[in-house]
Amino acid sequence: MRTTVVLTLTSFAAAMVVGTVVAAFRVSPVPPLRAAGAVWVQMLRNTPLTVLLLLFVFGFTKIGLQYSFEVSSVIVFGAYTSAFVAETVRSGINAVARGQAEAARAVGLTFPQILGIVVLPQAFRTVVAPLGNIFIALTKNTSIAAIISVLELTEVADRLNNATARPIPVFLGAAVAYLVLTLPSGFAFGWLERKVAIRR
Amino acid sequence: MKRSRWLLAGPALALALLAGACGDDQNPALDNGGGGATTTEAKKAAPKFDAGTTMDTLQKKGSIVVGVKFDQPGFGQNNPTTGKVEGFDVEIAKLIAAGIFGGDADDAESKIQFKESVSKNREPFIQNGEVDLVIATYTINDTRKQVVDFAGPYFVAEQDIMVKKDDNTIKSVNDLNGKKVCTAKGSTSEKNLRAKAANADVTLFDTYSQCAEALTDGRVVAVTTDNTILAGLVQASNGAFKLVKAPFSDEPYGIGLKKGDDAFRDFLNDRLEEIFDNGEWAEAFEETLGKIGLDTPEPPKIDRYTSAGGATGTTGAGGSATTTSTTAKP
Repeated sequence: MRTTVVLTLTSFAAAMVVGTVVAAFRVSPVPPLRAAGAVWVQMLRNTPLTVLLLLFVFGFTKIGLQYSFEVSSVIVFGAYTSAFVAETVRSGINAVARGQAEAARAVGLTFPQILGIVVLPQAFRTVVAPLGNIFIALTKNTSIAAIISVLELTEVADRLNNATARPIPVFLGAAVAYLVLTLPSGFAFGWLERKVAIRR
Repeated sequence: MKRSRWLLAGPALALALLAGACGDDQNPALDNGGGGATTTEAKKAAPKFDAGTTMDTLQKKGSIVVGVKFDQPGFGQNNPTTGKVEGFDVEIAKLIAAGIFGGDADDAESKIQFKESVSKNREPFIQNGEVDLVIATYTINDTRKQVVDFAGPYFVAEQDIMVKKDDNTIKSVNDLNGKKVCTAKGSTSEKNLRAKAANADVTLFDTYSQCAEALTDGRVVAVTTDNTILAGLVQASNGAFKLVKAPFSDEPYGIGLKKGDDAFRDFLNDRLEEIFDNGEWAEAFEETLGKIGLDTPEPPKIDRYTSAGGATGTTGAGGSATTTSTTAKP
């Protein structure tokens, strides 16, 4: 269970950073950056996570990129989730009234400044709820690390079942453990959403 | 899903039969051309069996259905180029068939219809009469003896260890303690490993080829499972891996047949002992498993256990075995 929490938190942190950068790329005035952002999002968003993980662990090792199974998982989960974060943040950016960016430009701010100081803080406020969805999805996706022998919740349950041959209590227990992780994070995101909501 | 499998199996089977038939046409021609008068060995005539026995029924029908694996290198593997199933299990099937229909293993091939058996469908295939025999890396154990009977064993696989070619630090299962070892999830190999090397750092994958990848990449230092599977991986590695040859468990492979058919079982056991003694068993081994790097072992000891639900007192098999060994030119 600790492995699952650590996997989720580190992957989510990586995904938030990368995803925000990619979102900035996608709305930037520089066409190559926009294209790079689009490619990143479409490649990762439209391929199965299992395939990405196996590709990274067995394939990329051959070209010299070998990390432990745990680090590999964080990299793959982080990259995969960043695509969803990028799209969510981009929708948030688009939801910020056009006048805000125009006003910022009028006072002489550069594009990074406009984004960082004016637009992104407002954008994040509107996308707290969808980011919560992404976080919960990621928590459950970490179970895929079981295929590369990472001892997270699902793998532990699987091995326990092999040893005891009692699938009902074992997997029911694993399901409950996931609920224990995901339900509070859902509530936490709900609280955060209310806290940063714009009062109208 | 099921339908498409059969659609594929149909032509494959037809090809196999066709290939078998072709081979048969060629063999006598080769024999005649090469030796003129057959001085080396006279061909065996079809033996006579007591009426009502399974052997007699099969002989009259002129064919036997044998379930084998189609995907196990060295034992039963479908060769896509020839359309034939090849391997040690297939050779054993031919030798058994030769004991029923007479002639040698090559003659008997045309009488055998090979049916693909996977691990899960072996018992139902036997029980429903879909196949007459199952020779498919079928480990003899007490649970299975409840529903089917076993002749043999005709081979005993052993759990062994595979390492990189230049690794000389691992010499036995004890050396795996504290090392990173790969095997398949939920397999008997995993259970044996944990029992024999409790402190091994175990990496579990779904397939053994993934374990081989991990060994190549240096993520693990050893892979463990049946020596027969490892031998196939060693061969596929082009010399990158080697077997430690320090086996630490036994998996006796038997011939599965319908439960309670003791006369047939006795016949099969007699026939197995016959091919153990006359060298045909060793020859079959060298041509199949020998080619993937396994040393020919001593033939195992036949286990003539008393079947729990079987009819006792049938004596047909003893006499028929003697007829099998009488030789005459057909």
